[in-house]
Amino acid sequence: MGQCSPRTLFAKIWDAHLVRPETDEAPAVLYVDLHLVHEVTSPQAFSVLRERGLRVRRPERTVATMDHSIPTTPRPAGTRFVVQDQECAAQLSALEANCAEFGVELHSLESEQQGIVHVIGAELGLTQPGTTIVCGDSHTSTHGAFGALAFGIGSTEVGHVLATQSLLQRRPRTLQVRVEGRMRPGVSAKDLILTVIARIGVAGGAGQVIEYTGSAIRALSMEARMTVCNMSIEAGARAGLIAPDDVTFQFLAGRPRSPAGAAWDAAVARWRALPGDPGAAFDRTVTIDADALEPRITFGTNPSMSVPIRGAVPDPGSATDAANRAAFDRAVRYMGLRPGQALLGHPIEVVFIGSCTNGRLEDLRAAATVLRGRKVARGVRTLVVPGSRQVKRAAEAEGLDRVFRDAGAEWREPGCSMCIAMNGDQLQPGQSAVSTSNRNFEGRQGPGGRTFLASPLTAAAAAVAGAIADPRELLR
Amino acid sequence: MTLQPFRRLESRTVVLPQADIDTDQIIPARYLKGTTRAGLGRWLFAGWRYDETGRERPGFPLSAPEARGAQVLVAGANFGCGSSREHAPWALLDHGFRAVVSSSIADIFRANSLKNGLLPVIVDPATHEILLATPALRVAIDLESCTLEFDDARVSFAIDPFARKCLLEGVDELGYLLAQEEAIAAWEKEAGCAR
Ligand code: SF4
Repeated sequence: MGQCSPRTLFAKIWDAHLVRPETDEAPAVLYVDLHLVHEVTSPQAFSVLRERGLRVRRPERTVATMDHSIPTTPRPAGTRFVVQDQECAAQLSALEANCAEFGVELHSLESEQQGIVHVIGAELGLTQPGTTIVCGDSHTSTHGAFGALAFGIGSTEVGHVLATQSLLQRRPRTLQVRVEGRMRPGVSAKDLILTVIARIGVAGGAGQVIEYTGSAIRALSMEARMTVCNMSIEAGARAGLIAPDDVTFQFLAGRPRSPAGAAWDAAVARWRALPGDPGAAFDRTVTIDADALEPRITFGTNPSMSVPIRGAVPDPGSATDAANRAAFDRAVRYMGLRPGQALLGHPIEVVFIGSCTNGRLEDLRAAATVLRGRKVARGVRTLVVPGSRQVKRAAEAEGLDRVFRDAGAEWREPGCSMCIAMNGDQLQPGQSAVSTSNRNFEGRQGPGGRTFLASPLTAAAAAVAGAIADPRELLR
Repeated sequence: MTLQPFRRLESRTVVLPQADIDTDQIIPARYLKGTTRAGLGRWLFAGWRYDETGRERPGFPLSAPEARGAQVLVAGANFGCGSSREHAPWALLDHGFRAVVSSSIADIFRANSLKNGLLPVIVDPATHEILLATPALRVAIDLESCTLEFDDARVSFAIDPFARKCLLEGVDELGYLLAQEEAIAAWEKEAGCAR
């Protein structure tokens, strides 16, 4: 497409990063502005560099953190972290050694800026509109909330980016998800994205970049936009995107890595030209009515299997074919549910509030509005895990830690924690949890564990009720 | 780095019919604590394959006697959705699989597979149904002609020509990218972000 025809936000970023356009014979060579790195998917990539005698081509465009496998157990101020799990400890040491050897900035456990990779990118101001961002992690789509083309890659590609600051990519198609209207009280970005995934399906975004548009998206805070873009991958999409606007610029102003002074003004002028041109065509468009959204909860073992909180487990007859039906039956059985059963009042044992989807300050504030002055139900374990050290500090500065502790919840150190259950924070077989994370796959939060995905408001309401509950009842 | 070239493969199939098998099922996160790619086959489908005491569940397709030595996995639609962990194709390869056949395969998993010599084969829904319904079927997958053969059937499949060339020759993409250095440096200069 020529420069004169109207282009989408995606097309503008894509075109601007083409080192080489794609041909029938070879994919495009796409330049990567920012490479985020964590302990789990990088050691094999650093080994390849070492084997081949390569260096990190642009260490200053590479930032590493520790998040997936680290302990989040509360520790007294001034004490150091102790990683009990020997394998995890070795993996963390490997990251430390690799970053030291190759000159990569690392936010290790003792750093004041450590946190979940997708939380710290934004809060440091590393995530900027119009850039390309990759990470060996599928939820890299989070950064699309700033109008950055951000997507997850595997470890081999992590090696490619370390060595060449570039990737081989085929151009994805575009899907517009247009959300018009106003979300009602008690309904949040999590409910919106769960609705989108239920609508288009767990593979509905395959091969596509989703751009979220419409009045309801414009009305979202940056944190809520990150929640939406974060879960684009749960619909199979390559990335999620939201056009940058004043909300974006306000969020970025004054961040440690944001441009400053004259460079800031120049950057904002550039960023204002990024939104799609009028008349730019998407390959496909889906429209969602924001007024009709309700708090949502998943009932199955992939994120597309969700219903309004007052809904029931659907009838498997709605599944399209035999394989889908088998998957549906298996999912409902795994979850300890039966078709037709109401979700409201279903007992749960654990509540997890955190992750790169819902572990930011606004999420913790939402959970605190429900938990303030209330108690967690007897026998329910409630973990509140801030997404980063900075989130933790900010939450403590406004007394949210007290709200959670007084309610009987655990206030933990930042990390991925029970979202991925690599660090010992996990469900026991058969336990049910309402979780603000992004994946309800079998065993994701521990072997045999049952995950019900929901918003921070809904998770907090479940903690109080000891069962799946409608947060709107507690907000009145 | 060189990969084992992929030209033609003849093997029995193992069938996992469920749709949307995610990478947490292919290899659960608790086995991602290592720093190498070796030995992951043992934990392939660990949650489904082993019971609580660590013993193999006899009913699981991978544990069936006829699955021994099979190099082709046939799975339900949208195989490999979820996390970007390359441990998923590493585990499949380490177990002995060289190809995954489905009606659709998730993007990141497919990209990761191609980079490791695990061939993702996307077939039409009708062929997919037959393959799903016939475990331990003898198939031949030919990458030169991009065809899958079984019984009297011969169906073609599509694959990115660049990835196909890399697989046929057993070369990885890093060499190609490294050879782009001049173009990359020129791009950086133009964008004003050269060192
Ligand atoms: S919080 Fe969960 S989804 Fe997010 S990066 Fe960590 S493990 Fe992945």
